[in-house]
Amino acid sequence: MQNAFGEPQQVLLLGGTSEIGLAIVAAFQQTTLRRVVLACRDVAKGESKATALRRDGLDVSVVEFHGEDTASHQGLIDAIAGDIDVAIVAFGQLGDAAVTATDVAAAAELCNVDFVAAVSATIAVGNRMRQQGHGAIMVISSIAGDRVRKGNPVYGGAKAGLDGFAQGYGDAVASDGVHVMVLRPGFVHSQMTAGMEPAPFATTPEEVAQIALAGLASRRRIVWAPKVLRLVSIAFRHLPGPVWRRVPF
Amino acid sequence: MTRTPLTGWGRTQPSVADVVDVADAKAAAAAVATAGCRGALARGLGRSYGDAAQNSGGLVLRMAAASDDVVIDAPKAVATVPGALSIDELLRMIVPRGFFVPVTPGTRFVTIGAAIASDIHGKNHHVDGSFGNHVESLDLLLADGSVVSIGPDRDAQLFWATVGGMGLTGIVLAATIRLIPIETSKMSVDTDRVPDLDSLLALMTEGDDDYRYSVAWIDLLAKGSNLGRSVLTRGDHARLGQFAEHEDPLAYGPRQLVSVPALIPPSGLLAHSAVAMFNELWYRKAPSHRVQEEQSIATFFHPLDGVGAWNRLYGSRGFVQYQFVVPLDRDDVVRRIVQLLSARRVATFLAILKRFGPGNPAPLSFPMPGWTLTLDSSSAVPGLPALFAELDTLVLDAGGRHYFAKDACLGPDAARRGYPRLAEWQATRQAVDPQQRWQSDLARRLELLG
Ligand SMILES: Cc1cc2nc3c(=O)[nH]c(=O)nc-3n(C[C@H](O)[C@H](O)[C@H](O)COP(=O)(O)OP(=O)(O)OC[C@H]3O[C@@H](n4cnc5c(N)ncnc54)[C@H](O)[C@@H]3O)c2cc1C
Ligand SMILES: NC(=O)c1ccc[n+]([C@@H]2O[C@H](COP(=O)([O-])OP(=O)(O)OC[C@H]3O[C@@H](n4cnc5c(N)ncnc54)[C@H](OP(=O)(O)O)[C@@H]3O)[C@@H](O)[C@H]2O)c1
Repeated sequence: MQNAFGEPQQVLLLGGTSEIGLAIVAAFQQTTLRRVVLACRDVAKGESKATALRRDGLDVSVVEFHGEDTASHQGLIDAIAGDIDVAIVAFGQLGDAAVTATDVAAAAELCNVDFVAAVSATIAVGNRMRQQGHGAIMVISSIAGDRVRKGNPVYGGAKAGLDGFAQGYGDAVASDGVHVMVLRPGFVHSQMTAGMEPAPFATTPEEVAQIALAGLASRRRIVWAPKVLRLVSIAFRHLPGPVWRRVPF
Repeated sequence: MTRTPLTGWGRTQPSVADVVDVADAKAAAAAVATAGCRGALARGLGRSYGDAAQNSGGLVLRMAAASDDVVIDAPKAVATVPGALSIDELLRMIVPRGFFVPVTPGTRFVTIGAAIASDIHGKNHHVDGSFGNHVESLDLLLADGSVVSIGPDRDAQLFWATVGGMGLTGIVLAATIRLIPIETSKMSVDTDRVPDLDSLLALMTEGDDDYRYSVAWIDLLAKGSNLGRSVLTRGDHARLGQFAEHEDPLAYGPRQLVSVPALIPPSGLLAHSAVAMFNELWYRKAPSHRVQEEQSIATFFHPLDGVGAWNRLYGSRGFVQYQFVVPLDRDDVVRRIVQLLSARRVATFLAILKRFGPGNPAPLSFPMPGWTLTLDSSSAVPGLPALFAELDTLVLDAGGRHYFAKDACLGPDAARRGYPRLAEWQATRQAVDPQQRWQSDLARRLELLG
């Protein structure tokens, strides 16, 4: 059960090894958090993350979770004991833009993870929370899905789809007590972006986590991290098509 | 049955439940029988601040109350009343007949069932104890649909588990309570403006026992030598002939003067500067020392009820109330906490300090002989969770505890530490509800059911 400040007692992290997701869990750990479920495709990697979290007496369990295996999502989520107060839909892949923009199979595969699986997992969590009559879902979208760039259209397109879905779904489940928050980070230093040239306003998982928690406490529906990206987004949207096409990313 | 978002009076953390209006015990029993794994819970007038009257994903029962069902036995000064009847309705019936409720909280819009379930206290706690002390018997709807009649002399264990049991033993359908005989509907009130906390604690320690009712309002924004400046009001029911005669000495007709509109800016109106100004004016307005002032029952006991829906003033994020008690000899903790709150500049309207008398046998009853401080703050104040956590530690380390009817912030450990008899209560509860049909958001958050 969340308290008056929206602080959770049990959190589910889908993509249990995500650096942004784990930073959010760590931030919750400073509050009333008692139990965490890490849903990971690589259980061994998940266990190593769990060990680090357990040091402070947190009750952490690791379950195997494969995004593509959408048929397993509902069962996996329903098997979690106790109320899920907050779920973070953090799994995703950037993909190799050069490959996904030309290789049909690779493009479909990326969409399967970043869009299809994320939609499926969000609905599975939502179903559970509707029965509970309360709960919050943080869906990690991206600035890449705001105005999709030529540099990575498949990733951006999948995030755009996820972002739109999450907003509409949030409106659909609000009357059942479920709050959906769309989190839109910019460039974040994590294993996903390792070795890449940082974009302007690059940030850290820790900063994203602080912004995400503040957004949740005030029950925001859309949260930019860092906040300045909201303005950047407005600027991007107003660039005429031919100019946008020539932007070098 | 409609799926409805519910909050407490503080309007934080809404959760959705199936709300059912039930006319009588039979209908209530039938509804409870349909409860699924999220269980069922009675709700009164929703005046508890946090999640005590919420049951997310489950059933919430609102009982109808008919004032026709009230039976007053004047010679014995007792009344038998439906659990869903409000103190407001009851006062309108009994004051003109020369009686007062044994305990009233700071609002009259609470039900008798909840008064028992929260074992509420009033300004007379140091003399009369809490509400449960004045219950002769009650009818309780159990999870299996049966109704038992219990009291301090009949199934005392279940009775005391129900007093303060936050609705988790069953639904109080009716109760027989002892009333206070009064000669007039007026109060005789003494007021003292007190410059600092130490003087206040001394005044209350020495003088409270001369009065039936006593409470102090503290300005938590005052600093330095003004730290803890306060206004102490104490009084009693006025005797016949004490004041200039009214036509009808027992006339009673409290009114709501204004109501706060639904559309308030989301940030709320209670900016720090506005609160500070209000507190300043309020302190200056109080007389430095005045005796035997005539006041109405509503002015003395229920000043906030003059403003309808005042909880909206805090804006869409709502507000939290924080109430704790520490043993009498731990006034150092009260001092420390008043200092902390003043230093952190938390915009809080007047806080309330009260000296409690002895507690009662109920394992989850809040009052104990000690100092209880109550304050509220917008839940949007940055750093508030951490500040409360700091206060929690001070309170619990001193052997104190927090009031469930107000709480919206604690975790299970604080509940266990504050209420060392929790396990005993759980055993009594479990025996009458092995399937855990009675549930609430409060019980989930604090893991009260074990
Ligand atoms: C302005 C204000 C001032 C207050 N001042 C005081 C004070 O001075 N002292 C004090 O002690 N409290 C005070 N309170 C708190 C209030 O007295 C309690 O929260 C009280 O329980 C609220 O009654 P309610 O009918 O609104 O109950 P709700 O808030 O609806 O329910 C409270 C609890 O009672 C249970 N319950 C309700 N009906 C029944 C029933 N029929 N049978 C069994 N369980 C039931 C519910 O399940 C829940 O756990 C104050 C509240 C406000 C808003
Ligand atoms: N980093 C950024 O700059 C940035 C910017 C905007 C948005 N985002 C989004 O933020 C989210 C978290 O990213 P991050 O930065 O924390 O990167 P990350 O550490 O790489 O996290 C991605 C997570 O997804 C998991 N995952 C990938 N494919 C999966 C699959 N098929 N099934 C199950 N799990 C799968 C990964 O598991 P493994 O550890 O086993 O690989 C990892 O736990 C992602 O949705 C990402 O798109 C990131």
